[in-house]
Amino acid sequence: MADVNLRNAIKEFGKTRIIHGVDLDIKDGEFVVFVGPSGCGKSTLLRLIAGLEDITAGELYIDGELVNQKSPKERQIAMVFQSYALYPHMNVYENMAFGLELSGGSKEEVKQKVMEAARILELEPLLERKPKQLSGGQRQRVAIGRAIVRNPKVFLFDEPLSNLDAALRVQMRIEIAKLHKDMQATMVYVTHDQVEAMTLADRIVVLNAGRVEQVGSPLELYHKPRNKFVAGFIGSPKMNFLEGTVVDASATSITVQLIDGASVCANVDGSKAEVGQKVSLGIRPEHLSVTESGGFSGHVDVIEELGESHFLYVRTQSGEVITVQGTGDAKAKRGSTCQLAVPSDLAHVFDENGLAFSRHLKDLAAEKLAAQA
Amino acid sequence: MHKKIKTSLFYALVALIVVVSVFPFYYAIITSFRGGTELFSASVLPNSVNIRNYISIFEEQPFGTNILNSILVATTVVTISLALAVTASYALARIHFKGRGLLLMTILSVSMFPQVAILSGMFELIRALGIYNSLPGLIVPNTVLTLPFTVWVLTTFMKELPKELEEAAIVDGASPFVIVRRVFLPLMWPALVTTGLLAFISAWNEFLFALTFTLVNEVRTVPVAIALMSGASKYELPWGNIMAASVVVTVPIVALVLIFQRKIVAGLTAGAVKG
Repeated sequence: MADVNLRNAIKEFGKTRIIHGVDLDIKDGEFVVFVGPSGCGKSTLLRLIAGLEDITAGELYIDGELVNQKSPKERQIAMVFQSYALYPHMNVYENMAFGLELSGGSKEEVKQKVMEAARILELEPLLERKPKQLSGGQRQRVAIGRAIVRNPKVFLFDEPLSNLDAALRVQMRIEIAKLHKDMQATMVYVTHDQVEAMTLADRIVVLNAGRVEQVGSPLELYHKPRNKFVAGFIGSPKMNFLEGTVVDASATSITVQLIDGASVCANVDGSKAEVGQKVSLGIRPEHLSVTESGGFSGHVDVIEELGESHFLYVRTQSGEVITVQGTGDAKAKRGSTCQLAVPSDLAHVFDENGLAFSRHLKDLAAEKLAAQA
Repeated sequence: MHKKIKTSLFYALVALIVVVSVFPFYYAIITSFRGGTELFSASVLPNSVNIRNYISIFEEQPFGTNILNSILVATTVVTISLALAVTASYALARIHFKGRGLLLMTILSVSMFPQVAILSGMFELIRALGIYNSLPGLIVPNTVLTLPFTVWVLTTFMKELPKELEEAAIVDGASPFVIVRRVFLPLMWPALVTTGLLAFISAWNEFLFALTFTLVNEVRTVPVAIALMSGASKYELPWGNIMAASVVVTVPIVALVLIFQRKIVAGLTAGAVKG
């Protein structure tokens, strides 16, 4: 087990720069998830750590040792691939034993380690089977088993669950979380699935176009996104953004006048804001509510009922479509007009460059400690 | 009624194709069993069973040696060219380097030259290596002849193997050689068998080099030996012997194809559909 440190890591393919100088410290035993839109470089970054791609410039340390020039084996990492990448001609046992045999372990030693991993992953009855005789979930377990047996310093997962169906994905997600708890291993996990990121991660790294946008705990990213990109990326459905201008600003709040004339107050640090400045107001769908009066009005275009909750797609007078999430069945009618209220404590404000004005949320960690005490 | 006509027409066509493609072989076989004046009968039905020809081909010339030579040459050529082609195709299919496409096209275009065009150059090479009129002198040119084809086919096949498999092996600590031997080779058996068999057949039937680079009957391979068979006088062509010899040398090929038949089909269609 080890920490992983990236120092200004850069990756270029030919003349195209894919990773633009990433600095990242992953602590021993931490579960870090890379998320980002497709093509943002999250898989490339993982492959740099794995040693499957060379780092163009910058430094990578694993367990305090510079490993830029080291092979994946010398880095003592293990990787789980999206397509499982099991050797089709070997049975489950041979698949898991392959790496150990290559590193020259004795027969008994190999067998003992493989049996141990098979026990943890409940693969014992399947050891004689070939990969094609296994279901998707079982194959993924074998792939994880192949990683475990080598007792690596760092586990790397490249979208390991995206080939599985929804039910199995939830089950495997829980298994991976349990595995991390039991092994206390350093794990780096790439996914585009928000739920996986939020539930598994100790810390999430949000990547965009080869740059780190923000690093933080899942709730930190949810409550205090540093910029518009992170705010829009974390949370599902996506955060609504409404254009507007600052009409009043103080150290504790900003009042934003929207294009259609309504004013909304947000409890954010407005000491750097100027009256007349163009800003975006960000409100998550789950924080908007339909009221009798106040807020701003809109026209209900589409209603989606999910049973336990519902979504309203509301067109404002200025033509922007915003999503509203409510619990239970929808009370509004399609085609009707409704009023939407924005709670000041839950609104976000972003300046023209997309940077957030910091929010006056109580320190989440302190709050947690207080609750425990 | 309409359907019956269609079916019978279909089978008539099938029969025609079978007759046209099988008849030469059939005629060779029945001729090989004819002796003396029977050879000149034009009957298409087997009218005698005389194994005299089969005995005389081994008595009148070192035909056993010729068969052994053919087996030796073809097997060595297949072994060498597969060993070289597997390693070359790994590099060509898996490693990115400058001029890879050009190299592949060169390999392909080399195999487009007619054999005659490289004959004199090859002759010089054989002379320089000092292997004229010997079995190595046949192995070298045959390997040169089959290598482009085997490299090309195996490269195509190797490209189809998923990249993640290789990366998983790299993470497991496998060297390129271990990857080829323990991960790729087991997956490539069908392709190896197919290309190996085709290389074997082409080396087995190769005539021009075998004729040019040998002087004495003891180092000749079967096709040349058959072509140079002579009768009692220069006005006689020993048809019976030639046919018997042809049948004898076709048997190993047919046997090989039958043994590996299933693998060949698997090899030819492999990669067409994701399994």
